[in-house]
Amino acid sequence: MSETVMLAVNGIAVEMPAGSMVSAAILKTGAHAFRRSVTGEPRGPLCGMGICFECRVTIDGEQHCRSCQTVCRNGMDVRTEPQKSTEEIQPQKGKKSTKETK
Amino acid sequence: MSSKTYDVVIIGAGIVGSACAAECAHEGLTVAIVEAGIIGGGATAAGMGHLTVMDDSEAQFALTRYSQQLWDQMSDALPREVEHDACGTIWVAVDDEEMAEVRRKEKFYAARGVKAEVLDAQSVAEAEPNLRPGLVGGLRVPGDSVIYPPCAAQYFVDQAIGKGAELFLGKAVDKIETGGVRLRDGSTISGGLVVNSAGSASPALTRGLEVKKRKGHLVITDRYPNFVRHQLVELGYLKSAHSMTSESVAFNVQPRKTGQLLIGSSRQFGVDDSHVENAIVTRMLERAVEYLPRLGKLSSLRAWTGFRAATPDKLPLIGPHTENERLYLATGHEGLGITTSLATAKLLVNQIMNRDSAISVTPYLPTRVVRGAAHV
Amino acid sequence: MSSACSVCDLLVVGAGPAGMAAAWRAAQNGLRVCVVDDNPAAGGQIWRGGPPEATVWFERIRSVDVEMINGARVFQQLRPGTLLAETTSGVCELNYSSVVLATGARERFLPFPGWTLPNVMGVGGLQALVKTGLPIEGKRVVVAGSGPLLLAVAAYLRGRGANVLMIAEQASSMQLARFAVGLFSKRSQAFELKRQLKGVPYRSSCWVSEAHGKEKLEAVTLVRGQKRWQVDCDYLACGFHLVPNVELAELLGCSIESCSVKVDAFQQTTVANVYSAGETTGIGGLDLSLVEGEIAGFAAAGKHDAARELFPVRATQRKFADLLNRTFALRSELKNLSTPQTIVCRCEDVTLERLREHTSWRSAKLQTRCGMGPCQGRVCGSAVEFLFGWRAESVRPPILPVRIDSLIRKQSV
Repeated sequence: MSETVMLAVNGIAVEMPAGSMVSAAILKTGAHAFRRSVTGEPRGPLCGMGICFECRVTIDGEQHCRSCQTVCRNGMDVRTEPQKSTEEIQPQKGKKSTKETK
Repeated sequence: MSSKTYDVVIIGAGIVGSACAAECAHEGLTVAIVEAGIIGGGATAAGMGHLTVMDDSEAQFALTRYSQQLWDQMSDALPREVEHDACGTIWVAVDDEEMAEVRRKEKFYAARGVKAEVLDAQSVAEAEPNLRPGLVGGLRVPGDSVIYPPCAAQYFVDQAIGKGAELFLGKAVDKIETGGVRLRDGSTISGGLVVNSAGSASPALTRGLEVKKRKGHLVITDRYPNFVRHQLVELGYLKSAHSMTSESVAFNVQPRKTGQLLIGSSRQFGVDDSHVENAIVTRMLERAVEYLPRLGKLSSLRAWTGFRAATPDKLPLIGPHTENERLYLATGHEGLGITTSLATAKLLVNQIMNRDSAISVTPYLPTRVVRGAAHV
Repeated sequence: MSSACSVCDLLVVGAGPAGMAAAWRAAQNGLRVCVVDDNPAAGGQIWRGGPPEATVWFERIRSVDVEMINGARVFQQLRPGTLLAETTSGVCELNYSSVVLATGARERFLPFPGWTLPNVMGVGGLQALVKTGLPIEGKRVVVAGSGPLLLAVAAYLRGRGANVLMIAEQASSMQLARFAVGLFSKRSQAFELKRQLKGVPYRSSCWVSEAHGKEKLEAVTLVRGQKRWQVDCDYLACGFHLVPNVELAELLGCSIESCSVKVDAFQQTTVANVYSAGETTGIGGLDLSLVEGEIAGFAAAGKHDAARELFPVRATQRKFADLLNRTFALRSELKNLSTPQTIVCRCEDVTLERLREHTSWRSAKLQTRCGMGPCQGRVCGSAVEFLFGWRAESVRPPILPVRIDSLIRKQSV
């Protein structure tokens, strides 16, 4: 019963037993921060059952996938690469947007 | 209940009522704000928070333009939670007919000092890479901005309270009487003047008010920063807003400062119940995906509804009631309540103080409403 | 985007014990049954991975003709008699004559300083992660919070090689003693757990007051009476008993009482042809879930006599459920764990001090966006109810985040 799958987590190859969830694969690489909260805190899985949404990562290009509810598949590409918080992208200081007007 | 007599009793702490309260209090008037539910919990909670200048009539232009200037003057003072963001608007054109409309709009704005830039197909694609290919162009209005309305209403209430206003929260008004209001619990609040700024609930308090509920739906997505950069609106939006048919949708998508996308818009007459309707959401999102094909794959978190207060001639009612001089109206803002809240407050207070306003108040006077004008 | 359609006599939402029991009995009695579940396989939370004790039930469900749809999450009612569920490839339209809502329960999380650190998880949460592949051997784990789940999970983790440092149960020893007496019928299970946990300190009237660490958990502070002490650890499994998942029932218009779906003797809700069974109708443990599921299955198939035969078993199990919920009631000290800067809403990073400015859930939501994130208030909702007494409002579709495409649904005739 030693069927395994091979996937990539942040570019690192990880071998997992068939039927494992992506969240376990991420934790296995030693990564603990799956995402950054809106104020930039590192976050990882909390509920393990798909209701807290703290385990969200990008899987095969699709953002906001619940890794604890996604089964590992061969060739899957998983990125936790903690995204910048929106605070960093759109600074709150000075209420005007930093976007330039052409 | 207080035995005090206030100069002004304001019914409704939505964005219009709260802006009026802040302005009255700033003027030195004693103010009571009476809100049946929570601050900003009505149409304000279902508004898109798009601060925009409209060109469908001179009166609409004057009011939105004046109000937008007031918002701009205030923007630095707004707290963080209001999320004021000067992202601008792009009106999107799908064909030559709409492109002609773009040019007409640009001329209209230019003649009145509103900065607007005609974009060709390539420029609109560069400005918004997620718009579908094949669009003909658009009109970029950089002076438009977006806010989160419930927090703005709260800010105005805080401002009013800071200047001595008193808030009566969770108190429903049963009747407007001479000398004040009677609450549903039987008590009264005395006021020299009463302002009915109760939005879609205003006709329940003032008989004969030609204000009808117009339901709208909204959907918000998870965070996708930079998916769109401007508020994007289809040129057909006004067709939807002015339509007398019972239901219509129009493409209208807003980037929030949070990175979430707020998706509208829909309009329905004659529906009283606030349930999220699958058929309307389907139509609205289909329209949005037509313009933003990649939108379909994004995660949506919530859908909700609200009721605009619509008048027969699409202009709000700001000023004294036709028969009762002690009663003022500040209602009927349809889809422009957020934008025009500040100008409404100015026009209202100036009329109370018997002063001229920066713009003519005539188009918005309650006395202009023709009785018998029917909503379809 | 592919679209699937299913037509059945009885739709069972949730393939945990209650759902499996309902499906089995209904299918045995001639109904065309479809079971839908978010997880990749049946078993729900407690039987995730199909443990040995569940074998007989898995065999039962395999022995009858049941359509099993996995990886599908129900998010909307298209019309009475049709639910929509989203899968990775599209949307399933589930048409039914009657439905059993066996949507189970989730853990109650309470905020405390440091609770948002990575490697602080729920009790069931850490177990689920280990069951789905997280290596736990040699890792130091503190198990805390409240409820029988603490013991079950601590034993499980130990069995998988974890170094379970201690179990901190907030209930008092007096409450626990009464519970132990009431466990007489389950004494063999209790003895087994005791054996598996030999040597692991189990402290009552004890809780975690703070989790420490920079980028992830490094240690926790425990409190018991006047004593405070720190324990270094790799994982904290912390959860405060369970709350029913009633969102789908609410969406369908079922009456909810004491945060559970109200059902009659035949497990029927206040909405015709809508049944509910298991933790959704009130937290009561595995055996109650199974018997409720069987009753619902029989009732949906019109076999009311067979259902009635199970009433005495259910009554006994309900007594256990009452004891369970009384024992693990939360003490008021837990309301004071958070500081003003402690985050209560994790989706939107809303702190306690911001929430305190409000007097209602609606106002707090609108002004702070607490509860408006992807979890739709499932994590913070139970917390604010405990802290402020605020009740969640009625639900709107979608009851779970779904793709925009999934909300675009033409009404087929």
